[in-house]
Amino acid sequence: MMSTQSFDLIIVGAGPGGYVAAIRAAQLGLKTAIVEREHLGGVCLNWGCIPTKALLRSAEVFDLMENAKDFGLSCTKPDFDLEAVVKRSRQIAGQLSGGVKYLLKKNKVTVIDGTARLEKGAKAPKVIVKDKAGKEAAYSAAHVILATGARARTIPAAGLAPEGKFIWTAKEAMTPDIMPKSLLVIGSGAIGIEFASFYNALGADVTVVEMLDRVLPVEDAEISALAQKSFEKSGMKILTSAQVEGVKPGKDTITASIKTKGGKTQNIAAERIILAIGIVGNVENLGLEALGVKTDRTHVVVDEFSRTNVPGLYAIGDLTAPPWLAHKASHEGVICVEKIAGNKPHALDHGNIPGCTYCRPQVASVGLTEAAAKDAGHKVRVGRFPFMGNGKAIALGEPEGLVKTIFDAKTGELLGAHMIGAEVTELIQGYTLGRTLETTEAELMETVFPHPTLSEMMHESVLDAYGKVIHV
Amino acid sequence: MPIKILMPALSPTMEEGTLAKWLVSEGDMINSGDVIAEIETDKATMEVEAVEEGTLAKILIPGNSENVAVNTVIALLLEEGEDKSALDGVDVSAPAQNDTPTPQPSPPKGKKEEGVKSVPHPEPVEGEVPVKSVAEGNRLKVSPLARRLAKEAGLDLSRITGTGPNGRIVKRDVEGVAPQASMAVAPSTPGGYDLIALDGMRKTIAARMTESFRDVPHFPLTIDCRLDALLTARKAINEAAADDGIKISVNDFIIRACALALKKEPAANSSYTPEGLKHWHDADVAVAVAIDGGLITPVVRQAQHKGLAAISTEVKDLAARAKARKLMPEEYQGGTFTVSNMGMMGIKSFASIINQPQGCIMSVGAGEKRPVVNGDELGIAIVMSVTLTCDHRVVDGAIGASFLKYFKQFIENPAMMLL
Ligand SMILES: Cc1cc2nc3c(=O)[nH]c(=O)nc-3n(C[C@H](O)[C@H](O)[C@H](O)COP(=O)(O)OP(=O)(O)OC[C@H]3O[C@@H](n4cnc5c(N)ncnc54)[C@H](O)[C@@H]3O)c2cc1C
Repeated sequence: MMSTQSFDLIIVGAGPGGYVAAIRAAQLGLKTAIVEREHLGGVCLNWGCIPTKALLRSAEVFDLMENAKDFGLSCTKPDFDLEAVVKRSRQIAGQLSGGVKYLLKKNKVTVIDGTARLEKGAKAPKVIVKDKAGKEAAYSAAHVILATGARARTIPAAGLAPEGKFIWTAKEAMTPDIMPKSLLVIGSGAIGIEFASFYNALGADVTVVEMLDRVLPVEDAEISALAQKSFEKSGMKILTSAQVEGVKPGKDTITASIKTKGGKTQNIAAERIILAIGIVGNVENLGLEALGVKTDRTHVVVDEFSRTNVPGLYAIGDLTAPPWLAHKASHEGVICVEKIAGNKPHALDHGNIPGCTYCRPQVASVGLTEAAAKDAGHKVRVGRFPFMGNGKAIALGEPEGLVKTIFDAKTGELLGAHMIGAEVTELIQGYTLGRTLETTEAELMETVFPHPTLSEMMHESVLDAYGKVIHV
Repeated sequence: MPIKILMPALSPTMEEGTLAKWLVSEGDMINSGDVIAEIETDKATMEVEAVEEGTLAKILIPGNSENVAVNTVIALLLEEGEDKSALDGVDVSAPAQNDTPTPQPSPPKGKKEEGVKSVPHPEPVEGEVPVKSVAEGNRLKVSPLARRLAKEAGLDLSRITGTGPNGRIVKRDVEGVAPQASMAVAPSTPGGYDLIALDGMRKTIAARMTESFRDVPHFPLTIDCRLDALLTARKAINEAAADDGIKISVNDFIIRACALALKKEPAANSSYTPEGLKHWHDADVAVAVAIDGGLITPVVRQAQHKGLAAISTEVKDLAARAKARKLMPEEYQGGTFTVSNMGMMGIKSFASIINQPQGCIMSVGAGEKRPVVNGDELGIAIVMSVTLTCDHRVVDGAIGASFLKYFKQFIENPAMMLL
């Protein structure tokens, strides 16, 4: 017989969705437990957002070192130690995971180590946790939130799955066994492009294969085109409208056969392949089928407050619908918990979730692309401002990039903002805030931006949309 | 340095108001304490007294200006020895709070005649408690985008309920509104009409009554009270005290009976709040007074401690000043219970709308001769029906009934009210 411990709320999975929800729940006075089978902080802190940004920072500093003389500095024979670069990344991940542990403790959230599954319960499903030794314990709660996240998509049938040597997913790519001289990245979404950017900066011969007709396909087409040009200038090879049909491992390299635009087949050999062809939700072995939880392929179906079709059961983050981003997971978690606690949260507005890619140059956006805005029937006014026209960008030695804004011509609503260039991932929040507050072009024009900063381009882009740009 | 005269706040929640009229002109010498202007809010007209002395050099905000934000510089005063050149380059942006003394509002005076005379509205209700949501201090919370969309669609924002943070009106609130439904009048009514602009009081009544009627789960409880004994007592008291100028009305008895019954049944003297139920210590009884252009509910504080004569004098004074729109905000805000009496207009019974956040409101009908059953006999008595509207979130039926039972005991046995 298992004894049953009970809580107000149990959360399964301690990624940015789960642990943030747990802290908020504790703040609201709910007796809360969180179950985690691996590391606190989830993919984001351990195998995603944070360690990749640590790697990319090393690549960026290396790039600056290589171009030191542009700044009047000298740096003879810049070099790197990949092992040390990776070690730094792992240390940062470890430090932040420890931080999550402290935060959960401080907020008196009970952390349960082990792998959870669900069984039919009273108010909400019961949570059965199996620990490392294989021992099971049952827990009950009035509410259960699933935040089990996702993992890299693989296609074993086509040989596109890690086999221990040539083929990497993100996890292997951030703890590499060698510095590959040649690298094939399959998929040009944020994850693929970030790794392509990292290894390219360290000197690998990088080829990116993208099935659609442009890189970073969720971004505005104009930004995609600029990004591709810039990547190619830095030495990457990019094949769009191209599909990997099969791979053949050799002794030191693996050869991919790729069907390209004209229907021709091209073979590319590389020391390593990185698979970045999307994610699948961690829906398995949770007991969802027996409970009748509605899913859509590998993602759980939820309403605007993250409720599943089963009473007392909720799902947030990568386990649910896109965008699959850490800040979306956290926000959903908070809203879900506020609703459970009887508050009146507003549902998350998916149009106001910014997306960032930390390649070089960086890409960031929020809202509709120009094409999507037109498809939705808007008459648009588009503003553009190039980095070349900005004093700070020139001083930084970052003259490449663009800030593009899209307004509804009639109402002045900021429909979307799209940026490429240095530090744009830090800038996008300004437009996100503007959209959340429903500012129009008038307030954006009245806002005083400090000089000299990159942010002045955000102002100029708005001015440009209305024919008032100064520095072009 | 010229002295800045700032738009004063007439109440702690006021954010803007109408600068109705200047009572001095540029060039006038002003002494501290002089009444220099009139400010209007949704509830009252107040006189503004000068704090400093000097020559009024420049009026920056003319009379009849609406929506003047508190602390806006409205005029400049030159000190002795200064001439007009001192005005050059004076920064007239609003200084930080308490930077310069703000003129003091003096007790209000009568509201001046408006262009359009409104019919006194016999609605039996509610005045003013600090308003919490959209219309606080008359300032509408609305996003710039929603404001522009509303303007283009010709929508009146004051009629739209905001669903954003703190009731802010956002895009989705405006998009859902059909223009016809939102507009005050149909475009062509045969015979024409007068469009009476919504003044602050009308807007407040509209917003608060709608909110209360929509959001408060309310129910009425009606009980009949025989007035014969009370009328006899009243006659005796008024005859005896005539020389002291005392004339107690039936309504004064009702206020006292309410206050005493609230002490007997304290659960009826309460308010619902999300944090919990507030059981008020004092019976602060608000009395609905119909005034030109609306109504207001001045409050008899701690009515449980006040005798009939005190209540009578106080209500007369409050009602007279209410009709002249001379009440101070603290005189009509924050009652715990309201009495609305339409007996004098011949109404038999009615159920008022709750005056939030109060838990109950009593509607008093006319005392009239009615057939009654005494034992097995049919007789005649003077009977008055009263209806208690209760906020079910805080006052359940049994509590309301218990209050009414005590109320009826006091009314039918007026001697008990002397205790
Ligand atoms: C390489 C890479 C880079 C990325 N970069 C960014 C970025 O820059 N910005 C961004 O916003 N997003 C980024 N992401 C995406 C981001 O990591 C995810 O969106 C985010 O982690 C989702 O959070 P989550 O809480 O839903 O799930 P996860 O972070 O995946 O956490 C789920 C947790 O649940 C645990 N778990 C699963 N099943 C069980 C079970 N049965 N019992 C107990 N525990 C269980 C897992 O061990 C895991 O810890 C990146 C992802 C990758 C792979």
